[in-house]
Amino acid sequence: MAELRMVVCCKQTLDPEAPPASFKIDPSGNRMTLPSDIKPVIGQYDEFALEAALRLKDSGGGTITVLSLGNKLVRDVIKKSLAVGADELVLLEDPSFEDSDSWSTAYALSLAARKLEGFDVIFCGRQSSDMDSGQVGLGLAELLGLPVVTLARKVERIDGGLKIEQVIPDGYQVVEVPTPAVVTVTSELGNLRYAVLKGIMAAAKKQPIIWTPSDLGVDSTEVGAAGRKLDIQRMYQPVKEARCEIIDGESSAEAGANLATRLREAKVI
Amino acid sequence: MEDKTGVLVYGELAGTKLAGTTCELLECGRRLAADLGQRLACVLVGEVSDTAAAEAAARGAATVYVASIPQECAFDGDVHVAAAAAAVATAEPGIVLLGHTPLGREIGPRLAFRLGAAVSTDCIDLRIDPDSGKLIMTKPVYGGNALLDSVAQTAPQLATVRAKAMPTGEPTAENTPNVVHLSFEMPTTRLTITDRVQEEVEGVKLEDAPIVVSGGRGVGGPEPFTTILQDLAAVLHGAVGASRPACDNGWAPEAMHIGLTGKIVAPDIYIAVAISGASQHMSGCAGSKTIIAINKDAEANIFREAAYGVVGRYEDVVPAFTARLRELLAD
Ligand SMILES: Cc1cc2nc3c(=O)[nH]c(=O)nc-3n(C[C@H](O)[C@H](O)[C@H](O)COP(=O)(O)OP(=O)(O)OC[C@H]3O[C@@H](n4cnc5c(N)ncnc54)[C@H](O)[C@@H]3O)c2cc1C
Repeated sequence: MAELRMVVCCKQTLDPEAPPASFKIDPSGNRMTLPSDIKPVIGQYDEFALEAALRLKDSGGGTITVLSLGNKLVRDVIKKSLAVGADELVLLEDPSFEDSDSWSTAYALSLAARKLEGFDVIFCGRQSSDMDSGQVGLGLAELLGLPVVTLARKVERIDGGLKIEQVIPDGYQVVEVPTPAVVTVTSELGNLRYAVLKGIMAAAKKQPIIWTPSDLGVDSTEVGAAGRKLDIQRMYQPVKEARCEIIDGESSAEAGANLATRLREAKVI
Repeated sequence: MEDKTGVLVYGELAGTKLAGTTCELLECGRRLAADLGQRLACVLVGEVSDTAAAEAAARGAATVYVASIPQECAFDGDVHVAAAAAAVATAEPGIVLLGHTPLGREIGPRLAFRLGAAVSTDCIDLRIDPDSGKLIMTKPVYGGNALLDSVAQTAPQLATVRAKAMPTGEPTAENTPNVVHLSFEMPTTRLTITDRVQEEVEGVKLEDAPIVVSGGRGVGGPEPFTTILQDLAAVLHGAVGASRPACDNGWAPEAMHIGLTGKIVAPDIYIAVAISGASQHMSGCAGSKTIIAINKDAEANIFREAAYGVVGRYEDVVPAFTARLRELLAD
């Protein structure tokens, strides 16, 4: 079988596991911020997608191109993909890519995929770690006319395609799909491996390839904020009043017993 | 865009009946259609029983579109997207609603891209803007740390709706459904399903359990899930759930995973044991009536979400809690 050519879409996001109280909306009212000491990350599910590609590369060889869209992407965050074993990093990076929605993101990525030519599979995370929309992989499949398998927890190569274990409620199903195809990956696949020193040093020497809208043959009014189909009205954080009644006791065990008594008293149980 | 009117619900079946999420969608669709002074329709795809079509009508669908597909295509996304697109072409709705279910998560975005329209996924609230007549779609973002209201520039306006986020509503009196059979071209098969494995859950189903006891990373291993947590759940006739790290570590099966990317539960009582209360976890249980937290860290976010809490090691707290409950419930 010929070498597998894989594309993995990775989004740089705010750290989704930062303490909930540190998420603050900026005065414009539609952008989320975290304190500057909390570094951005590659979306969790995108990391799992990258791991899926790396495992295929481990077992049967092949090449991995990582695609990332945004503006002012943080190099040592996004270059982690190279450090763990991706071969090439292509950034769709330009001010006009800012404030994309799922539509304009998938559209620009589909043009980039076309420009890459001859890929066998595009891996995406099942959803981003910031907007949690779960649209880009599916949108790519539709825009490119490719079959799609969602929620992959295991991916193997077979003759002419891929064999995928797809998570379904209370179980999984085994799906065979011909390539080229789009696959979205879920957490059950497993964490992204750590970078080893050799990989980190190799990554340091590689420069990402940068594509702007004109490299994709598209007008900047069709990407980013200008290419959106969904208008943001406002982003807001509902206030939660802290009202937890803490049940005490002489010891932890007694507190546990007191909790039962209190719940009975309050007719909760 | 102006000539597209009405609300179309993409319904799902549970055997011969409508799925619970579909009942929620129909109730929401009925409200939106009433606010707009327009009609509600429902499309059902699969081996559609008369009971299901009648139930959709009783829940407000003026027209029920039926796309019959053979059982072997029941899990083929390509077929569902084609059926949904055919329903949209026939009904020409202004609004299309789908469940944010395993099926709807795939069909919603694919349908939207196929129609050249925007979709907002995982919505928890939908309402009509009285000025513009447009659909305002509210969805949690940043794992639940914020809410986003958005409006589509395109038609139809599509939304997928989170399970248990909206009321189910009551069916009205018997209604003879106005059934329209859809004909559409079956797409050629691209995916082959060679095996399907689903665990039969014993005892109370997690999604339907009135009481849920969940364990997190802080329980430290698989054993407590079958001992300490199971004992507590048994006394309360509840079910056991887990946070994602507990499932990722293999301590609990994936079927117990609760949260944004797991199951959504809304029991009367949710007991979070050694769970920090990350927003992504709370997305799966925030609809619970009473949340109870047991955590050794007094600063844990879960105490902002809970109504009652104990600060302490779960190994000490939970067995004593269970024992006292057993006494109280025996009386
Ligand atoms: C896109 C995305 C989707 C996600 N989806 C989900 C999801 O669906 N579901 C989900 O659960 N998570 C999800 N997560 C992960 C989520 O962000 C948190 O990382 C996760 O919920 C934390 O799980 P936890 O509370 O079990 O573990 P931790 O955050 O590690 O908390 C463990 C808690 O246990 C307490 N503890 C430790 N030892 C003891 C003891 N002996 N007694 C009592 N308390 C103790 C600690 O004080 C701590 O509060 C998602 C993340 C992302 C980015």
